[in-house]
Amino acid sequence: MTLAPLLLVASGLFAIGLFGLLARRHAIGVLLSIELMFNAVNLAVVSIAWSRGLLVGVVLVLFGIAITVAEAAVGLALVLLAARVRRTAVLDDLRDLSG
Amino acid sequence: MRDLAFWALAVLVLGGGIVVVSTRSLFRAAFALAATLLATAGFYALLCAPLLAAVQIILYTGGILTLTVFALVVAGGESREPRWRRPWPAAVAAFTVFAVLGRAVLQARHPAAENGLENGAAIGASLFGAYLVPFELLSLLLLGAVFGALLLARKDTA
Repeated sequence: MTLAPLLLVASGLFAIGLFGLLARRHAIGVLLSIELMFNAVNLAVVSIAWSRGLLVGVVLVLFGIAITVAEAAVGLALVLLAARVRRTAVLDDLRDLSG
Repeated sequence: MRDLAFWALAVLVLGGGIVVVSTRSLFRAAFALAATLLATAGFYALLCAPLLAAVQIILYTGGILTLTVFALVVAGGESREPRWRRPWPAAVAAFTVFAVLGRAVLQARHPAAENGLENGAAIGASLFGAYLVPFELLSLLLLGAVFGALLLARKDTA
């Protein structure tokens, strides 16, 4: 196992997440796609840290995971609020929020 | 053996990701995301970072899955409409990003030997030593996220 295939897997996962972020219609689907992209970045950081023997990469990913979970909590609270006030969480139906 | 594990985990990660962005049922997407996150934890274990694998399973997979399924039950995850909006430009953008990243990966010169990672004790020491201030700031961020989520989800904000 070497570094390049690991980074290719991370790149592929990032691209899949980007597709979901752009194409998903439901807000929760978009949030799940963002999680995929975060996960791809974390995997790339850990792979590089592993290949260079840098412990700081693991610390960085620990912080990243905590921040991602906070982001998911606030994002899902926003989705719940939209679902309660506007009776929908499909992004096309919330377009007038952009003003 | 490690190569076999690598390929199995790679198939799980990428396959789970494809299911996340393509399935119509968002419940299925949430569980496919959990499969992807668990396979990533497998990668972390394979890369000599067992602490990170444990954190990934307990905090990330557990937390995200619980939150998402709860939100789906409340907000309703099923819809009869098409699952994608303008999929072709999105596919082109995603493929372009993958091509750029893959080209960069293949052209870079990587170190021949992997150096591996140390154990959890050194991580703990650096968290409470060199990275003490970011660690404490992180607790403030989590507090802010809890307050923010509570504020947003309160009944009388509607």
